[in-house]
This record gives sequence, C-alpha cells and structure tokens, in this order.
Amino acid sequence: MASRHKKSPAGPAKPLTPYSLPLPNVDPAALTGKLIVIEGADAVGRSTQVIQLRQWLEQEGHAVLDTGMARSALAGKGIARAKDGNTLGPVTMTLFYVTDFADRLENEIIPALRAGFIVLTDRYTFSIMARAIARGEDAEWIERVCGFGLVPHAIFYLKARVKQLVSRVVIGRGAFDYWESGMDCHFGHDMYESFVKYQTQLIRALDHMSKRYGFTEIDATRTPECIFQDLQKRIAALNLQKVPARGPKVSA
Amino acid sequence: MDSLITPNRFPGKLIIVEGIDGSGKSTQLSLLSRWLRSSGYAVAFSEWNSSPLVHDTTRRGKKKEMFTPTTFSLLHATDFADRTERYILPLMRAGAIVCADRYAYTAFARDVARGVDRKWVRNLYSFAIRPNLAFYFKTPLEVAISRILGGRDALKYYEAGMDLGISSDLVESFRIFQGRILDEYEAMAEEMGFQIIDATQSIEDQQKQMRKIVLKQLGRSLKSSVLRAPILPSGQMNGQPA
Repeated sequence: MASRHKKSPAGPAKPLTPYSLPLPNVDPAALTGKLIVIEGADAVGRSTQVIQLRQWLEQEGHAVLDTGMARSALAGKGIARAKDGNTLGPVTMTLFYVTDFADRLENEIIPALRAGFIVLTDRYTFSIMARAIARGEDAEWIERVCGFGLVPHAIFYLKARVKQLVSRVVIGRGAFDYWESGMDCHFGHDMYESFVKYQTQLIRALDHMSKRYGFTEIDATRTPECIFQDLQKRIAALNLQKVPARGPKVSA
Repeated sequence: MDSLITPNRFPGKLIIVEGIDGSGKSTQLSLLSRWLRSSGYAVAFSEWNSSPLVHDTTRRGKKKEMFTPTTFSLLHATDFADRTERYILPLMRAGAIVCADRYAYTAFARDVARGVDRKWVRNLYSFAIRPNLAFYFKTPLEVAISRILGGRDALKYYEAGMDLGISSDLVESFRIFQGRILDEYEAMAEEMGFQIIDATQSIEDQQKQMRKIVLKQLGRSLKSSVLRAPILPSGQMNGQPA
C-alpha cells in the first residue's frame, strides 16, 4: 500500500498528500512548503544534523520550522510527566505520541507549509510506528492510526548499527536512558542488554519501513561533517528555490 | 487486533453503558454495580476520560480550546488505553466485574459526529476488550436535553460541539451535536449488539430490566468465574476463618 508513495527526492514538486486518510479542513494544494524528515534510531546523531541544516537553510534564505517528538503545546508536558513516572503502558505511550504528532502536524507543520516554509522534522510517524512494533503492537493497526500523516518530500534515514549507538551513548552521554533502553518492556536484565535488544528491534522495524516508504538511507557511521555534506547535497537536489512562497509574509 | 469483535475470554466480566448525555446511564450503572457488590462480587468501576496520566493534558486542551477533531479523538483514545492497560485488563484477568461508564462506542459516536473518519476511529480502538454486556440507553433527544438543561448551570464548550462552529448559540449547538451523536448510536446499536434500554421508563423499571439481563446473560458464568468474597455469617469479620 505505502510503496505507492515511494518517490525520488529530486522529483517534480507534487502537492503533499496524506498516506491514507485526509485530515479535515486541510487543502493539500495550499501547502507550498517542503517537508523534510530526519529519521533514525536513538543516539544516531539526528538532532545535531537538524541544528546544522537549519542554520544552513536559513543562511540560504529559506524560512525553516524545526520540530520533533514530544514538543507539542498540547501533549509535550503530559508525555514528559508520564515518562517521569515510568508508568506508561505500550499502547498508551504510542497513542500519546500520536496525539503529540497530530497536534504538531495540524497546528505547526501544516500552517508552516501553507506559508511556504521548509519544515525539518526530527523523527516522524515512522519512529512512533517503529517503537510500537518493537513493543509487540500490531503493525497494521499503528500504520492505519498514523495514516493522516503527510507524505514528506524526503525522508532521510540515518543508519547505524547498534554497536555504534552503544558507543555513542556511553561516550557521549555516559549513561543509558530508561526509555531508550526499552526498560518499560524489560527487553533484557539490565539497561545495556535491554538497550541492545530494543534498539535492534527498532532498527529492524525502520529498515522494513525504509523500502515500504521510500526512505533515503544515509550512512551514519561517518563523521557528523561527512553526514552533513551528504544531506546538504541531497536537500539541494530537492529544488527548494522553486517553492513558491505564497501565504503570509515571514517576519523572522 | 479486532478485540471488539472477538469475544473476551477473561474470567472477569466487562459491563458497559452508553447513551447521549442526559440518558441516565450513569445512575443505572451505579445502581447495578452496588447490587453486584452487595451480592459479594468483586466490582471495579471505570469512567470515561478519567486516566490520571492524561488528565492534565485533557484539561489543558479543553481550557485553552486547543483540540482539533483529530487530537480530541487521539487524546481520548490515549486515556482509554491507559485505563485499559493499567486497570481494566489486569482486573479482568483477575476475575473482577468491571463496570465502565462509556466505552469505545462513545468515541465511535462522538468523534464521527465531529467529522473524524468512521473506519479510522474503529481501528484506533481495536485494542479495546470486548464487553460481555453493553447497555444502550435509548433516549429521545428532547428528553435528554431537558434533563441536562434542567440540572446543570452551564453547558461545556466541547460537550456542546462548539468547536465545530455549527451554531454560535450554546444550546442550539448542543442540540445539533447531540442529535448527530444520537444518530451514530442508533446506527451502530445492532452491529455492536447493544442491549437497548428504553430510558424514558422509570429509574426502577430500567434497573429491574438491567438486572434481569445481567442474570440471564451472565448468571452462570458469574458464579463460576468471577471473584467473590466468601459470604460470612453475621457477626464474623472479614478475613477471619468462617
């Protein structure tokens, strides 16, 4: 089903469409901006890239909105609080994140796209789906729940092996995170073992989606500079200048 | 994943009530649960939109009027998931009678009345446990509205469907929105196997009918699978050997 939406990143500018279900009150033809997704496992270096890409795109004169999971005005705080208590069941967590995504999509991403912005998003529905699938939830169920998501212009999948993620967590952060280790589902006896097993499941789920949703795979085992240059080249190929800037003028 | 279609095999029993605001369903469920409890059964109660985990987010969304039909639907499903995972499911496995005031059908009726896709909402709730008994309190719109308007000071924004911009008049909006919800309930009643109670009858008559249905539908399995406190001769405290 989703493979129909496969597209080459350099393709002609088509209007954004939802995966399976149109949102009420959204006219896709009015969405003149570009939607670029950065996906990848935990600690793979996504946020670093988003920061740099934003700076670069703004220097090029584009208006950029960057967004990421659990940052919605509606549900961001609630998710943080729920995670603090370590009391989130897997279905509850999944749906809380979908709520957060829907709020950002309808109230931030779509208005920005309408105004001709480039929207850079650190993770998208794919991470939500991968987490649900890694926790044993039904893939078809979550895919249909997330069906209102817009098909992005490009999905860059930063790809690394679990071993590399482990070294980044240990060297970069010094400790394993409860949720990144999937400790809520006790994949292993300790955080290390659980992290390895959980992230392996996540990567497997993302790899599977890569073909299905037409991800552009980016080798994330290279240096951040290397990855950045690679992404720059690919984003430049999206013909960003041809984006007609309709809608309200951008002040900042 | 279609749990709402597949019969649940838990030792506990799930009894739910549905109906528009003002149908009297909460009163009836409360009477029923007290009756079951006094018969010695382990009874638990779960209300729509009552998860402590999601509570603050819902309040925030309502207070600031931040919801779209999609986020309204999703957050209520999150609330329902939390109650299912942490409360309803374990209690059903343990053998309790769980009484739920509103269930997934509320979302099927209300979210669709808000313009959310019918199939999407049904899929959204496919993790829900199928009730052993689902009572639907059938009420003419005008009866329900007169009960609501007579009993409460003010209608609430989302309850009245004000977010849909149907009418700038609160009462008028409430009337139209509840009418749409009623249509959705009526349309699904047969498909979902609702036990239909005529909610214009007296409270006593409705309760009598409910109890009869419970005994008829669940009687034997209540005795065989539901947790029950040992009935003690008078004068003996709980926990002491009989």
